[in-house]
Amino acid sequence: MWFMSFGEKAVIDGEISITEIDITGTLANYARSFDPLYLTIMWKSIWISALATALCLATAYPIAFGICFAPAKWKPYLLLLIILPFWINLLIRTYALIAVFRTQGYLNLSLGWIGLGPFDMLYNNGAVIFGLVYVYMPFMVLPLYATIERLDKSFLEASLDLGASQFTTFLKVTVPLTMPGIISGILLVFIPCLGSFLTPDLLGGANAIMIGNVIERQFKAANDWPFGSALSFLLMYATFGALALRSLFARRSKGVDI
Amino acid sequence: MSETIVSIRNVTKSFPGGVKAVDNVSFDIAQNEFFALLGPSGCGKTTLLRMISGLETPTAGQIVIGGEDMALTPPNKRPTNMVFQSYAVFPHMTVADNVAYGLKVTGVPRDETKRRVAEALEMVKLTALADRKPDQMSGGQRQRVALARALVKRPKVLLLDEPLSALDAKLRDEMRLELTRLQENVGITFIIVTHDQDEALSMASRIAVMDRGAVRQIATPSELYEHPSSRFVADFIGKVNLIEAQVISNTAGALVCEVKGLGRLELPTASPAAGTIAIAVRPEKLKIGTSEPLAANVIKTRGKVRDVAYYGDTSHVVVAVDNGPDLSVNVQNESRLGGAGVERGQEVWLHWSPNDTLVLTE
Repeated sequence: MWFMSFGEKAVIDGEISITEIDITGTLANYARSFDPLYLTIMWKSIWISALATALCLATAYPIAFGICFAPAKWKPYLLLLIILPFWINLLIRTYALIAVFRTQGYLNLSLGWIGLGPFDMLYNNGAVIFGLVYVYMPFMVLPLYATIERLDKSFLEASLDLGASQFTTFLKVTVPLTMPGIISGILLVFIPCLGSFLTPDLLGGANAIMIGNVIERQFKAANDWPFGSALSFLLMYATFGALALRSLFARRSKGVDI
Repeated sequence: MSETIVSIRNVTKSFPGGVKAVDNVSFDIAQNEFFALLGPSGCGKTTLLRMISGLETPTAGQIVIGGEDMALTPPNKRPTNMVFQSYAVFPHMTVADNVAYGLKVTGVPRDETKRRVAEALEMVKLTALADRKPDQMSGGQRQRVALARALVKRPKVLLLDEPLSALDAKLRDEMRLELTRLQENVGITFIIVTHDQDEALSMASRIAVMDRGAVRQIATPSELYEHPSSRFVADFIGKVNLIEAQVISNTAGALVCEVKGLGRLELPTASPAAGTIAIAVRPEKLKIGTSEPLAANVIKTRGKVRDVAYYGDTSHVVVAVDNGPDLSVNVQNESRLGGAGVERGQEVWLHWSPNDTLVLTE
C-alpha cells in the first residue's frame, strides 16, 4: 500500500487500465491530498472526532466512577452491560440507531405522544457524533474503570479531610491521579473515530462526510487505489504524530527531576 | 481536668448486614490529651476514629467537638485532621505542595501559606526535601509529610490511624519519641488508633481499651497495667498469669480464696467479689528461688521449671506448680554468666506479694 501511494494507473495500449497500477514514484497523490477540498474534510473529521471523544469522556467518567463505587456483587454485571454491545455487529447496532432516530422512529413517536416533534435527528453531524459516542463508549469506560478501581480511596478521603470540597477533590486529586486512564481512553476513542466510515456513512447522509468515507470511496467507487493509499498514510502519520506528542507529554508530567 | 474537646455520646455504628462495629460508646477527651484507642483488630477503633473525622457517619449517637455537634458537619468542615495508615500523601505533588494543599483549597493567602508550610516542614525536619516527589522518599519521610500536612492546618484534634504500623522497629521507636515531642510542642489534642499495647502505653496520657465495639476501660497507662478492670484488659495489656479461684469469704477488704495447687490465699481487695473469680499477677512481680523464701506475708509455692526462654535483658521462665497452673516468671539477667539461674526440670520456689495480686470479677 505504501508503494502504491507513489503510483499511478498504468497505461496499457494507450488506454488507462482499470486494474493495473505502475509504481512510478510520483508525489502527485500526496499533493492532491492537500487540496483544500480534502483539507476541509480532514479538519471536519478531526473536530467531529474530538467532540465525540470529549462527549465520550464526559459520559464515561461518571459511569466508570459509578461502577467502581457500586456494591462488589453488582460490579461484574455492570461491566457486562458495558461490554454487551460488543457482541452485536456494528452494522446492526447502527441500523438500530436509525430505527430509533428516524423521522418515524421510536424517539419521535414517543415525543409525538407528549406533543413534540417530529424532529429531523438523522443525517447531520449531530447524528454522526452521537453514533460515534455510542459505538466507542466502552473503549472509554474500560480504561477509566481500570484506573479508578486502582486509585487508593484514602487519597480522596485525605483531600476531603484537609478541607477540600468534593468538587476540588475531583479536580485536584481524582483527575490527575486517573490521568493515565483518561489519556488511554482518549486515544482508544479518538483514533478509531478519525478513521471511521460506517457510522458517518449510515447516520450522516450526504452532508456529514468524514475522511474515512473519502478513503473508502477511493478504494471502491472511484477505483483510485494510489490516492486512497496516500490519504490513508497521511491519516496514519497524523495519528503517529498525536501519539508522539502524547508520550512526550507523559514523560514530562512524570517529572524526572531529582 | 482541663476542658473537654471531644465528646463521644452513645455512639453506635452498624454496617449493612447487622454488624455493630461500635456499640453505644461514650467518653470525653480533654484538651491537650494524647489519647489512644487500643484494641485488637476488628474492635471498632478505626471506625470510631473515622466517625470523629467525619469520614463515617454514626448510626446513632452524637459526636461533639469543641462544643459543637458534628452530626451535619462534613469532614472538610471539621476542626480535625487525620494522618492515614497508608499516609495518603498525594503522589502527583511535591512535598511542599502536599503540605500546602490543605491551606490552598481553603483560600489561605499565598504568603501566609508559604510561611506556614515552611514552619511545618521545619517542625518535621523535611525542609531539605521540600521539592521531592513522594515516590523518592522512604516510608518514614512520607509519614512526616502526612504529619506536616495535617498539622499545618492547626486542627483542634489530630487523628492518627495506626501511624507506626508500616515502619520498621527502629524507626518506630524514633517516631514514637518524636510524636510525643511534637504533641507537647504544638499543644494539639492527639487521638491515636493502635493495636500495639507498647505504643499506647509509651505515648498516650490516657488509653481507651476497646473490644468488639465496646470500650472496656479508660485509664492512664499505669492504671491500666496495674489495675485492669477485667480479664480482657489484664490479658491484652502486657503479659499476665490469670488463675481461676473460688471465693471462700470476703469481709472488710480481706478476701480469702481457694486456688488449685496454691491452697488458700488471703488477698487485700475492695472488690465485693464472690463465687468464681480470676486472680492475676504480672510475670515480673513473681520471684523465683531454689530454696523456700523466708519472707513473711508472701504467697509461695513449689514447682518445676518447664521452659526457659532467653531474651537478652530478661529470661521468661515457665514454672509448672505441683497440681496447679503454669506460671510465667520474668527474671532479670543481672550478671553475664548464669542467665536466669535455673534450668529446665529444676525444682524451684516461687513467691510474690498479696499486694501485687489482682482480683478480677469480669
